[in-house]
Amino acid sequence: MTVMAQLLAQPFAMSLAFKLARRNLFHDRLRLVATVIGIVFSIVLVTVQLGLYLGFGRMVTTMIDHASGELWIMPAGTKSFEDPSPLDERKRFAALSVKGVTDVTAVVIGFAEWRLPSGGTTPVFVIGSDVRAPGLHPWNVIAGNSEALSAPNTVAVDQTYFDRLGVKGLGATAEIRDQKVEVVAVTKGIRSFTTTPYVFTSLDRARSYTGTSAAKATFLLVQLAPNADAENVRTTLRASLKDVEVLTQTEFHDRSREFWLFDTGAGAALFAGALLGMIVGTVIVAQTLYSSTKDHINEFATLRAIGSSGRYIHTVIIWQALINAVIGFSIAAAIGLVIVHMTAEAALPILMTPGLTIGLFALTVFMCVISAVSAIIKVMRIDPAMVFTR
Amino acid sequence: MTADVIPVHQGIGEAAAAVLEAADVVKVLGAGAGEVRALKGVSLSLAPGELTLLMGPSGSGKTTLLSVLGCMMTPSEGTVRVCGQSTKDAGPEDLAKLRRNHIGFIFQSYHLFPTLTALDNVRLALDVRGEHGSAATARAREALTTVGLAHKTKSFPSALSGGEQQRVAIARAIVGNAPIILADEPTAALDSENGHAIMEVLAKIAADPTRAVLVVTHDPRIVPFAKRIIRIEDGSIVGEERRGEGRGNSDDRGLGKEQDMRRDIEEEDGIQTKRVRMQR
Repeated sequence: MTVMAQLLAQPFAMSLAFKLARRNLFHDRLRLVATVIGIVFSIVLVTVQLGLYLGFGRMVTTMIDHASGELWIMPAGTKSFEDPSPLDERKRFAALSVKGVTDVTAVVIGFAEWRLPSGGTTPVFVIGSDVRAPGLHPWNVIAGNSEALSAPNTVAVDQTYFDRLGVKGLGATAEIRDQKVEVVAVTKGIRSFTTTPYVFTSLDRARSYTGTSAAKATFLLVQLAPNADAENVRTTLRASLKDVEVLTQTEFHDRSREFWLFDTGAGAALFAGALLGMIVGTVIVAQTLYSSTKDHINEFATLRAIGSSGRYIHTVIIWQALINAVIGFSIAAAIGLVIVHMTAEAALPILMTPGLTIGLFALTVFMCVISAVSAIIKVMRIDPAMVFTR
Repeated sequence: MTADVIPVHQGIGEAAAAVLEAADVVKVLGAGAGEVRALKGVSLSLAPGELTLLMGPSGSGKTTLLSVLGCMMTPSEGTVRVCGQSTKDAGPEDLAKLRRNHIGFIFQSYHLFPTLTALDNVRLALDVRGEHGSAATARAREALTTVGLAHKTKSFPSALSGGEQQRVAIARAIVGNAPIILADEPTAALDSENGHAIMEVLAKIAADPTRAVLVVTHDPRIVPFAKRIIRIEDGSIVGEERRGEGRGNSDDRGLGKEQDMRRDIEEEDGIQTKRVRMQR
């Protein structure tokens, strides 16, 4: 039975090993505090990095996740949602003729210049689709309604960007490409990781604001009949449409995410930060556990002399590591929750999901147990006969 | 490792079998130019019901012999059998198992765990054997009662006197009913009164026909407690004396007067060494 299995099988029967571990740790409170600070620092760093990774991963696919459409038709080579290559809208009609397709909605995206009422400009990211058809419409609407976008020169903006856009709410006006626009819907929490505000509008307005020709679209969103086989429809669409890719929503989500997280290096940087946090934490815990073990070397030698098995001694050291892990993680998790709360309204919020929390706890335990290795090696080299000379 | 076990505890009336035997034990420490033959063919055996003293000057090999007999080292040559089990070719875990199951240790500087109470210090010897729970606690209390510390179960070592700490260490050594008790200078750190009290306890333990007690010592005051005295010099047994009856629970404290021995105190390299020679 492994030491860990023994710990799990006999948590209470091993009470003296646990008590010895706990007393060893709390005997030197200064060292315990140093160890816990090390763990907290490390885990908070990892939490922030992985929380950013999750938050970033969610933000870069938020438009795809909120769109209605089983299949996406896009120009070949499209890397992500924010990659506005033009697509001939005539393909929409070709797609509509495929068996199993009930509707195809055009979506136009692109950058435009927003002129603030008070003067000055700021770039915005315009998203337009047919207001009356399922497509890509604003969600989390907290004021006004998205149907109002069917009126000419109307837009929906997120409240987060009121200051950037120079507006104060419904009815506010501004200009995009020298065309007057009125805010008719306000959303909450639709933020862009690029920090460029999203502006929702109708399909034709979007074409106008982004300078896209009337015969072009960026994406075509395909709605399927209830009993249609998505794979068969996709195969037919691929055969009938040239120079396009047809992806399921999940595939496009994954491609977008992979592009932003890995092809741009952003995810690697976040992972590198998390890895650094883990390494720093492991080194700190290892150093303090080793040092604690060294200070209690006489006791470990005595344990060995009175016949304790290597496993028993490992158990004591691993309990020490686990106690460190539980205390360190509890504090780190509390700090992490505060950070999550503080960044909830930020451009790039840090996310903390139950899965991440469980994963971080497992990581903390793993880190602390790995850190115990040097202490275990030290203890197993003890000559029990040293008890006669000390 | 060889594991042919012979019965440990025999009837009181019978000639008791040795619980610990060493035959032609040689122990070489170090290597190359620093090589030292610490033991040069030592043979001895310990029978239950006896308190044996191992005496000799500093550097004579007492501690090395204790380490070999206590299964902390394996002999370079010769054999050691603990309750019938040979230590030859035994690995560290095998040796630990032998110590755990058959040997109780008492150390000069007690080696108690400062963060554990007296009761937990004693329980620890059972804990490492996998004995936990209320039965183990009851046995630990009983052992503390045996050494006269029933009222100190919750005390930490720092709150105990030297004599009391040594009693806790004795309780730890006997709680597992080990047939062999090895004590390294158990009275060296104590004043004569406490030293005497400790030896009283050890003599009582040695009176148990299931236990053999070997005490390594420089202290001539404890000679009256011994049934047998083995003298070691330069890694060899140079003398052995069997005494009629150990003093056991005698109240007579005129320790030095009973001994027919000569004490030399030498000062060597700054280390005070008491050399005790027995007149034979």
